Amino acid sequence: MVYLMTERYEDSEKWDLVIGPKRGWFDLRLKDIWLYRDLVFHFVRRDFVAFYKQTILGPLWYIIQPLLTTLVFTVIFGKVARIPTDNIPPFIFYLSGTVAWGYFSNCLKETSDTFITNSKIFGKVYFPRLTVPLSVVIINMVKFGIQFLLFLGFLVYFIAGSAPVKPKPNLYILLLPVLLLQMAILSLGAGILISSMTTKYRDIKFLVGFGLQLWMYATPVVYPVSVVPERFRFFYMLNPIASIVETFRHAFLGTGMVNGVEILISWGVTMLLLFSGIILFNRVDKTFMDTV
Amino acid sequence: MHKSVIKVENLSKEYRFGVIGHGTLYKDVQSWCARIRGKEDPNSKVTLHSLQSSPALTGERFWALKDISFDVKEGQVLGIIGRNGAGKSTLLKILSRVTTPTEGQIKIRGRISSLLEVGTGFHPELTGRENVYLNGMIHGMTKAEIKNKFDEIVDFSGIERFIDTPVKRYSSGMNVRLGFAVAAHLEPEILIVDEVLAVGDVEFRQKCMGKMQDVSDGGRTVLFVSHRMSAIRELCQSGILLEAGKIVHRGPIDEVVDKYLASSSSDQNVNEDILPRMHYYDNTELEIYRIEMLDTDGRMISAPKMNQDFYLKIFFKFIKPCSFTITVSFWDANGTLLGRIATPDKMARMTGNKDDVYTITVKVNNVFLAGNHKIIVTARDKSDMAIDQVRNISFKVLPASIKEDEAHQYGVVQINSEWRAPEILTS
Repeated sequence: MVYLMTERYEDSEKWDLVIGPKRGWFDLRLKDIWLYRDLVFHFVRRDFVAFYKQTILGPLWYIIQPLLTTLVFTVIFGKVARIPTDNIPPFIFYLSGTVAWGYFSNCLKETSDTFITNSKIFGKVYFPRLTVPLSVVIINMVKFGIQFLLFLGFLVYFIAGSAPVKPKPNLYILLLPVLLLQMAILSLGAGILISSMTTKYRDIKFLVGFGLQLWMYATPVVYPVSVVPERFRFFYMLNPIASIVETFRHAFLGTGMVNGVEILISWGVTMLLLFSGIILFNRVDKTFMDTV
Repeated sequence: MHKSVIKVENLSKEYRFGVIGHGTLYKDVQSWCARIRGKEDPNSKVTLHSLQSSPALTGERFWALKDISFDVKEGQVLGIIGRNGAGKSTLLKILSRVTTPTEGQIKIRGRISSLLEVGTGFHPELTGRENVYLNGMIHGMTKAEIKNKFDEIVDFSGIERFIDTPVKRYSSGMNVRLGFAVAAHLEPEILIVDEVLAVGDVEFRQKCMGKMQDVSDGGRTVLFVSHRMSAIRELCQSGILLEAGKIVHRGPIDEVVDKYLASSSSDQNVNEDILPRMHYYDNTELEIYRIEMLDTDGRMISAPKMNQDFYLKIFFKFIKPCSFTITVSFWDANGTLLGRIATPDKMARMTGNKDDVYTITVKVNNVFLAGNHKIIVTARDKSDMAIDQVRNISFKVLPASIKEDEAHQYGVVQINSEWRAPEILTS
């Protein structure tokens, strides 16, 4: 009896960390991530600095990329294919789509590589794995900021210009942080979901680059939602990023239409992706060193 | 009494042999369909075997660790030794949370830091300075902590001049120096070190050992894995010997090391070229490549008889110019040192140039008892650090002859004795 009691006493001693085979589904160790917050920001810094080292144009590349893409879109979809742009000057219309979509697709592309590109360092030292995708989301926020300034510049130019229909920014602009947050959550969720699956199936890695391209065409980047036939609209808006891009465009250009139900659907899908991403990421995190 | 800081309870880790999954979705679906239809998996690699034994269906598994339990007290320096594949690295990986156990658990008190490989996480494009911060943070330091210790870290690494150069221009040695410098200043309550001392030059190696000694003197706990028994003996007080995923011995470090040395079954024979795996160091300066045993007439023998003196002829090759001395130590099967001989001081140190090949011969007075012994031959540089070492050279001494009564001798050495007939004192 006495023996049992001492055993219980010993067991109740406080341990800082218990390493065992199981972990809760949603146990994200958010406390750990908070402890490693300096690391997240240093990753951001590292990627930012490493990005333009040994380049001549440096951070200018952040601007050149969407600019050229928009120019190509303007020529192909605006001049050649003549896709309607809700009467907005095509250039600013495509630029708004490219900038918003760009943030999402870059985040997704980079987070989906998390386990593969970092397998070497993950195999040597423990730190909360989520710091890596988190830092990707943040660094892309910086990139987005730069591109957004570019967009604002052109926006002012087109408002002041002589185009027949001018962009009409409105109060929905205040939603910008919410839109950004949703894009961050969405790309993080989808990204970690994909990165968890790539540890087992490398096929998915190839699918990402190509899948993102297809996804872009299922998103109102090069055309407005108004051209989507009414009967497909519900299914179309199941694509969570569609309502985000359309809301973004509505806020700054004053065109397009998204209703509350569609926004709710978009958030629903976003959260669904996030939670399934977290569950899978957590599962893979424990054992991926044995499979990678 | 010190409280325990690490408590390992019934820890097991299972791995599966071969490829896990087939790597492509298509093949997995194919295998899955075959299983449902009750047919044989078309992607199964061992078709013949799977017909005979059903466990193959679940994949070949093996336990890298099986039911390990131990605890480590605060301030203890524990050496973990064992042959390759004994489970040392797996244990460290679980401890440092890189992978998770299959069964059992580990409880830890205090901050734990692991140095499984120094310089991990260095980003080649960033400068040394930036990497010090990055590496420190990866290992769990805060920015402020690193800032405080930055000068100390750079000073320890000895590469102040290159601190603002991108790491991609560093030599591998500089990488390691900087990596260890960061690691040495982590100051966790528990430090896990794996083989980091295998790299770097002699001076730096000594610096690292000194630092680790400081860590343990400071009352913190260190878990140290190495194949260098000298380092283990020097640093650790107690040890664990792992074999095939199990703890086979635990106790004071000397005892554990001896046990390990004695249990090493893979031996090097005399009169044969030395196998690469028998070298305990990366031979950068010198390589001992053959050891012959000769009798007093100069004929090669595999084992001398008791009382029969013999010659050891050691062949070595210079990889770069250096000078050194040689020591030969004799051990019995239990890992007890029988004796050590060395090139005498009056003899000039052996020097040579790149690619020179030499041989040196020593006559040994055979005082050993019949049985299976071992020889360790070591080349040492001028600061007495080993630059090449060949272990586990099997050395057998045969009984002189059946009619003589050497069988009544026990111990470690032969004591030459002459017995006189009993004399009567009183009657």
